Amino acid sequence: MELDPTETFRQEAADLLDSLETVLLDLGQTPQDRDLIDAAFRALHTIKGSGAMFGFDKVAAFTHDFETAFDLIRKGKIDANHDIVTVSLSARDYIRTLIEDPDSTDPIIGEAIVEELQRLIGGGASASRSQAAGTEAQSAAEPEAEEPAAAGWTIEIAFEPGILRNGTNPLALLDDLRSLGPCVVAADLGTVPELGALDPEACLISWAVTLESACNRDEIEDVFMFVRDEMKLVVTPLDARAPKFAALDMSMPDAVSRAGEGSTQAAMADAAAAAPPSTTRASLPAAAASPAPVAEKAELNRRGEDKGTTVRVQAERLDELMDRVGELVIAQARLSQIAHSGSDLAIKAIAEEIERLASGLRDSTMGVRMVPMGSLFGRFRRLVHDLSRDLGKPVDFVTVGEDTEMDKTMIERLADPLVHLIRNAIDHGIESAADRAQTAKSPTGRIELAARYVGAQVLVTVQDDGAGLNTARIRAKAEENGLIAPGAAMSEHDIHQFLFHPGFSTAKTISALSGRGVGMDVVKRTIEAMRGTIDLTTIPGHGSSVTLRLPLTLAIIDGLLIRVGEGRYIIPLSAVEECIELTAADEARAKGRSFLNVRGELVPFVRLRDLFDSEGEADPHQKVIVTSIGDTRVGLVVDQIIGSHQTVIKSLSKLHSDVTMFSGATILGDGSAALILDVAQLVTLGQSRAESDRTSEAA
Amino acid sequence: MNQAQTQATPRDASSGLPPGNETRLQVLMVGLGNEIFAIETDMVREIIDPVPVTRVAGARSFLPALINVRGNVIPLADLRIRFGMQKTQATADTRIVVVEVEIDGDPVTLGLLADKVFEVTEVSSRQMQQTPRLGAHWKPEFIRFITKWNEEFVIVPEMARILG
Repeated sequence: MELDPTETFRQEAADLLDSLETVLLDLGQTPQDRDLIDAAFRALHTIKGSGAMFGFDKVAAFTHDFETAFDLIRKGKIDANHDIVTVSLSARDYIRTLIEDPDSTDPIIGEAIVEELQRLIGGGASASRSQAAGTEAQSAAEPEAEEPAAAGWTIEIAFEPGILRNGTNPLALLDDLRSLGPCVVAADLGTVPELGALDPEACLISWAVTLESACNRDEIEDVFMFVRDEMKLVVTPLDARAPKFAALDMSMPDAVSRAGEGSTQAAMADAAAAAPPSTTRASLPAAAASPAPVAEKAELNRRGEDKGTTVRVQAERLDELMDRVGELVIAQARLSQIAHSGSDLAIKAIAEEIERLASGLRDSTMGVRMVPMGSLFGRFRRLVHDLSRDLGKPVDFVTVGEDTEMDKTMIERLADPLVHLIRNAIDHGIESAADRAQTAKSPTGRIELAARYVGAQVLVTVQDDGAGLNTARIRAKAEENGLIAPGAAMSEHDIHQFLFHPGFSTAKTISALSGRGVGMDVVKRTIEAMRGTIDLTTIPGHGSSVTLRLPLTLAIIDGLLIRVGEGRYIIPLSAVEECIELTAADEARAKGRSFLNVRGELVPFVRLRDLFDSEGEADPHQKVIVTSIGDTRVGLVVDQIIGSHQTVIKSLSKLHSDVTMFSGATILGDGSAALILDVAQLVTLGQSRAESDRTSEAA
Repeated sequence: MNQAQTQATPRDASSGLPPGNETRLQVLMVGLGNEIFAIETDMVREIIDPVPVTRVAGARSFLPALINVRGNVIPLADLRIRFGMQKTQATADTRIVVVEVEIDGDPVTLGLLADKVFEVTEVSSRQMQQTPRLGAHWKPEFIRFITKWNEEFVIVPEMARILG
């Protein structure tokens, strides 16, 4: 699969812009943090470089102006502040528009942003666009006075041998150095072994460069900005009194430049002679445009540093891998079944070995698909930042448990529900600053977004310290909408459930953000479609919290294999509370009603035989599997409980979309298909039957 | 196939009038009850022996079960039920024809239960026949056209409509 290079750039740029956003938001909180400033600068620098390389000239030009302004902050001339961060964020959005849909925007917007930025920074950044677009190192064009200008520098460069594998092109870096002034480059081939022992991918050549330029040390170091961690760089000022280029017998300055070039080429020729031609040649055509990829790769490495090296893989490939592993798990189950029915010990041993390997492979494949929640949480910081500004409610946004990992597809599906919940929390939950002042609360609201593991589930909580839910008002609204009879006895919890009713909103005024009553029902449906549940708790005056309980993955679940009549079915184990026997006494007591007494509590039950129209006689000892979704429980009566089963979920065909009782299918050890029960649907069914029983009894 | 499709619009099928130009269609001859159906080979993926089926409670009656075909769980359709034909016991000739049909823009794979699979052959629009009387349960929109093969009438079904 050959990727379109432009597409690669878009992807990389999208990632860089995301990290830039995070960095800028962080910077808003800790304006003095040098690391953050550097990180932002690096991201801009890379976008500019690769933008120019892939023909995104507008992006490169604008980013250049942005970067120039930012450079002043980096050099410590100006301190970052909240206003600069806000403008920078809009500049970052503008870059994204330029990349994704350049026709939808106008250069005036960009100019306005740059003007604003320059005004804030103090006009120090008078960037000239003509010199923009992709050439390296001119970002450092600002004069710098921390070190007395030297007449020149000697620069010793030694890269780590593995540097070429990262895509770094040392020759391009040397070219960059030459753009600072006339250079003399001498290559040291001392460590290059004989041809036979030569590893063409190792960079064993080191260089000594004499640079005649009044530039400052930073400018030189900037050239190596992205490879700084993988090299030794010694920069020493050239003694101004010493004869220029004493090391080489040359005196005419403009000849030096040419000679410098020649000597670089000589070094290159040496390298070419030493290394098999293919590797060197391959790097040559790229040389002109290489600063950008070098920067990119280095940037990737740098970002990956704390979490080890990362590899970018297309999501479809992961899905394909997961499918294959799913098939392997099924095939392995068949093998185990056959092995255990025979008496061949050797085959049993192999079957067990393969079982172990398959389950290990399954776990690591699932692990590969796991993404830390932090990638999702980061997106909301901007949302909170903007909402808090628009609504005039200062809000502290705290995230906890960013390391909690979840299946990538799950995380993507979580984004929209969380946007709704966070908007609600700021718009409805957090009171206005004036209202807060009247209570003992701090004027700044607090929203906490937290994720943590509980067993095989992930709990995601959105918590605010606002006024909490107004139960009376929700009740009034429900009565007004005719959802409950006035004065009907209801628990607070049940009243709060009305919030998930389609079209239900208690907001007095409809804002652009929330109050239309669409949202919470969508949130609930999305979460349930992910086989999750949603809980709502509130303390009046102290805030409310919404907790989403979600399974770790959608691809493989632990299931309970059961038999009803001739058919075998899977019940998701996460929904199973307990299994009990349906005794004759229970049956007699039930007398056609569908209730079961479980330790004093009435639990409605559903006979799956009736539901599935099973043929043949029921087993004499029927079992009840008590399942629950949230707080509601229902017992499912089955003929036999076979045992637990690793269930690879296959979705049902479109032709079976009218089937409601099943959420999917799987393949059993003997190769036959089995249906997975949709417990949420069955619970609703059981509840409604219980409801009708109650009413018929009351009548 | 595209050509054939454009020419065999429902109007053509219902009127049964052969279009002006001759088009040839490669088809698989399949027996269902007493009728013979011609299924375009373009949609046929494979023909397999009967496999264990899993009944799906609550599904439409002509899509009663699921089967596992090489790790893919697909629905098994019994067109005899859809056409109101007599259901017969499985015989040594019973096969499952796995087809891929485009339904509302998505490709859907399913198995078709067949009492017998004859051969792959070619039919031509020249052989197309006026739709004869076929009994009340034959909805005209289920039939693309009728043609002749070995002096017998065969039905070229409109799969997407039958399943939709």
